[in-house]
Amino acid sequence: MTAPETAAGLPGRSVPPGGIRGVRGVRGVQPVASLLGVLALGVCLVLSLDVVSAAVALVLEVLLLPLLRIPPRTLVLRTAPVLVAVPLTALSIALYGRPSGRSWFDLGFAHVTDGSLELALATALRVLAVGLPAVALFVRVDPTDLADGLAQLLRLPARFVLGALAAIRMMTLLGDDWRQLSMARRARGVADTGRLRRGASMAFALLVLALRRATTLAVAMESRGFSAPGRRTWARTARFAGPEWAMVGVLVGIGVVSIAVAVGAGTWRA
Amino acid sequence: MTTPAARIVFSDWGWRYAERDTWAVRGVDLTVEPGERVAIVGPSGAGKSTLLRAVAGVLPDEPDPDDDTAAAVQGTVLVDGAEPRAVRGRVGLVMQDPEAHTVMSRVGDDVAFGCENAGVPQDEIWQRVRSALDVVGLDLALDRSTTMLSGGQRQRLALAGVLAMRPGALVLDEPCANLDPSGVVQVHDAVRALLDETGATLLVVEHRIGTWLDLIDRLVLLEPAGGVVADGTPADVLAAHGPALTAAGVWVPGSEPARGSARRGTRTPTRTGEMHGVERGGPGAFRPLAESASASESESESGAGLLEARGLGTARGRRQRVGRGIDLDVRAGRVLAVTGPNGIGKSTLGLTLAGLLRPSAGVVLATPSLADGAGDSPIAWSSRQLAARIGTVFQDPEHQFVARTVREELAVGPRALGAADVDERVDELLDAFGLAHLADANPFTLSGGEQRRLAIGTVIASRPPVVVLDEPTSGQDRATWQAVVDRLGELADTGTAIVAVTHDQDLVRALDADEVVLGAAGARPVLRDPATEVRR
Repeated sequence: MTAPETAAGLPGRSVPPGGIRGVRGVRGVQPVASLLGVLALGVCLVLSLDVVSAAVALVLEVLLLPLLRIPPRTLVLRTAPVLVAVPLTALSIALYGRPSGRSWFDLGFAHVTDGSLELALATALRVLAVGLPAVALFVRVDPTDLADGLAQLLRLPARFVLGALAAIRMMTLLGDDWRQLSMARRARGVADTGRLRRGASMAFALLVLALRRATTLAVAMESRGFSAPGRRTWARTARFAGPEWAMVGVLVGIGVVSIAVAVGAGTWRA
Repeated sequence: MTTPAARIVFSDWGWRYAERDTWAVRGVDLTVEPGERVAIVGPSGAGKSTLLRAVAGVLPDEPDPDDDTAAAVQGTVLVDGAEPRAVRGRVGLVMQDPEAHTVMSRVGDDVAFGCENAGVPQDEIWQRVRSALDVVGLDLALDRSTTMLSGGQRQRLALAGVLAMRPGALVLDEPCANLDPSGVVQVHDAVRALLDETGATLLVVEHRIGTWLDLIDRLVLLEPAGGVVADGTPADVLAAHGPALTAAGVWVPGSEPARGSARRGTRTPTRTGEMHGVERGGPGAFRPLAESASASESESESGAGLLEARGLGTARGRRQRVGRGIDLDVRAGRVLAVTGPNGIGKSTLGLTLAGLLRPSAGVVLATPSLADGAGDSPIAWSSRQLAARIGTVFQDPEHQFVARTVREELAVGPRALGAADVDERVDELLDAFGLAHLADANPFTLSGGEQRRLAIGTVIASRPPVVVLDEPTSGQDRATWQAVVDRLGELADTGTAIVAVTHDQDLVRALDADEVVLGAAGARPVLRDPATEVRR
């Protein structure tokens, strides 16, 4: 389906005539493009296990990061899981990685050598180089846009994608439920002790509530013709045009440049 | 571009849900002509919702005559001569819980959802979305998030989503049950506009039938396992079956409870010298813990102060400030009703008074007679100290159930407080709340009305001097409503202080409550002007 006002649309979608205000720039890119690009970058980076390629990719990413205009606080909060994972990965590889070169110390089960240290550094940089764009590009993604892209561009089944989308929307409700459940425990005089048992009873109640909500939502969706036979149309057209190709190009470019530099510097290790 | 109205025909129709022994509804013969507007009433358990879901083609499970535990069907229900499942979208359904309908996270997308499923071309979808929002009077940006809408807005959004599909029939299952009075008016007007626009057939179920009387031209009374027992114009059915309707849980217009009807005249000046509490013969189960509170009651007409809010600001979470500048007094033997528009922070205030949320400004103070040595700030009390002093009944009873059977559920509070007479209290409450036959049932399996009564019972079991309730009567039929209000009246009569967060003016009247209206700048008491009584 061709759409008349593609340029000013919400992320990678056509605008209903006279409709929604537009989002431009990097934020306007259809999330599926970011998804494919990050996957491609990841493939590029696991081809080699050297320090140089990972470092080059990371440097390029950090240089490009300001284009996304993400507040530093948000960035740090969202990348926290990656930042925690990196030193842990590095430590375990430094201790247990394949030993080679000068030996620093050997405790039998853990053997730290030049080789394992280098491998640890290379792995840490690699995790960062894949994790950073994965997080940064999806900080502000609207699940609706991602769902549109997955269903229309990647042809995933609409039933599955829209079901998942509706489930995501319900997560906030479950958060509210959890707060109510814990307040209710305090009000009933059973919140002073037995944290574990209380948690179990709350989890059970939450499960019951989630099933209730899901059932009602399913009825609401079915009553509006969801999963009816016949072709479904889309109110929003997911677009894969210039900005999307540019996004994929930049991410693949980062991977290619990092490989080229590593090969040039002679550190490439397949 | 309207579609013709749908004709709905039930012929000796019945339905039994999977794994149930009894039929949810049976023997229904009913023909609704195209464009007719019909209200269906009947007691809880008469199968009204089942009927509506059948018309919308969304009953769960396929019936299987070879399997005893599977769902079973008898007779037929036809929409325009076709099986409802085959013509989904011909019938638009709006249900009770506003939260449950919203499928998408943006207003425009949500309205468009049904059109997408029906395969409407893209350009036409957005035309329909705009005109549908226009008809229901929702003047919101298409990309506005659906998370922060009020109940009335949400129900109108659901109506717009249905309207955009150009239905031949509109089916409403208690659409106003959870709404505040302004939400009810919004939804009523939106439905009228929708019917004017489409000429669609209407089937509506609602306990408070008065809302719809000006729109409907037929009223049908359904009985459990009895099919249709009355059918005619609203005026005729109301005149001929008034008492039967009230017995069936219907709010018949003109039968609203009188002021103070659920109280025993505690505030008449001639009786001020009388002691509150056991002396007046209230059931022992309702006797509050703080006897001192009810004793001092005799000294002043207004009842001993138990909780005070001064310059109180309320907040949900750390950032979301809701209310501010609230001054309130909670007194023994009095009912304090907190009213006000949706979203103004009534529930948050209730939870803050109940010692469950931290005030964002000002204080909630427990007077010495309530604190009884536990410090004057309820939020700082331990869970046990709190349960002994302030009981809270949550809006959704399922949030507060912690045990596997009704009997255990009632025992949780007294046991946590180390009461010696746990079994006696539980037996007393089982009888008083009509739950004895369900003593061994799982609380989650009870009906809505039973759950509500149990929730109140579990709180009373701990005998706190203060009870805070969040919307204790929302969405209830007349019979359940009466049971709840009577219990609350007895509690107040025996000296318990009651705080009810509510938009139910019948509750305020029947309990002769002191009403405060919550606004953006604080709580404003409603003066008891005799003239307003006359006007009603």
